[in-house]
Amino acid sequence: MKMLLKRYKYFLVLLVINIVVYGLYPSVGQNSIDITWSNAVEMLSVIPPIFILLGLLDVWVQRETMIKLMGEKSGILGALVAFFLGSAAAGPLYAAFPIAGVLLQKGSKFSNVLIFIGAWSTTKIPMLLFENSSMGWKFMVTRFMIDIPGIILIAYITEKLLNEREKQHIYDQASFK
Amino acid sequence: MFTVLMYIVAFGFLVLSFIKDKKKTFLALEKAWKSFENIMPQLLSILVIIGIMLAVLSPEVISGLIGEKSGWRGMLMASLIGSVTLIPGFVAFPLASALLKSGAGFMQIAVFISTLMMVGIVTIPLEIKYFGKKAAILRNSLAFIFSFIVAIAIGVVLR
Repeated sequence: MKMLLKRYKYFLVLLVINIVVYGLYPSVGQNSIDITWSNAVEMLSVIPPIFILLGLLDVWVQRETMIKLMGEKSGILGALVAFFLGSAAAGPLYAAFPIAGVLLQKGSKFSNVLIFIGAWSTTKIPMLLFENSSMGWKFMVTRFMIDIPGIILIAYITEKLLNEREKQHIYDQASFK
Repeated sequence: MFTVLMYIVAFGFLVLSFIKDKKKTFLALEKAWKSFENIMPQLLSILVIIGIMLAVLSPEVISGLIGEKSGWRGMLMASLIGSVTLIPGFVAFPLASALLKSGAGFMQIAVFISTLMMVGIVTIPLEIKYFGKKAAILRNSLAFIFSFIVAIAIGVVLR
């Protein structure tokens, strides 16, 4: 029980803040509760298949296979796999982090995992379709074209700016989860 | 619609996995649950923060903040709002297109959308959990700068 309280302390503090807001500004508080609720429902409907796929990925895809596909020596193929894996996804960015954890744990190259995160965040196919219909194809295509080099650049610069020790630490952490 | 597709894909693989190896399948489900449970505290906190934030920064307020201001100040404002908020795409794009109609510039909207998707201040504790502090902060800062490049490109193409 105490453990549980400790794990959820931030959540509980935030809940109290929300209740205080509700007391001071009922309409804002009510709005916030409504938004939180609808987001929670949305999250619970989107997240189960993502985590099921994560679990299956973990038990079925062997480390050797993953290293071949996305590891240090995977080259362009690795970057492409990472990009398509991220783009084919549906779901909010925070759902991508646990999957990134599994990819790291299986020996994927760090920059490839960052490409995966970049693609998930901004070039998701369902999102592009939606963007096309509300912003027009010119907006969507321009953003998509500039996003591809952007994602790659962000991934490589981030990897370059981390030293071996820091990277090793991230890999070690990933294998604990 | 895509969510349905994800369910079909996940369920299909799950059945396939079950036929091939029952034990491994249960292991996979256990792993799925553990990973989910692992991020649960952060996830719930994020949900409440987003709720409070969006209640204060309602679409009307965002319109007021981005819509009137133009130029670099407008872009800076749009990028800050985009970085701290977390709005799903199906709400963000209609909002963006409404902002355009009410007079916001393409560059302001581009930087708003780009930071909204790539920069996540609210989710950074979760990101740190998996990538460490330095990598998470680096990725978000680079994505923030990159959003302005996206805006300039959009500004050039759609003037």
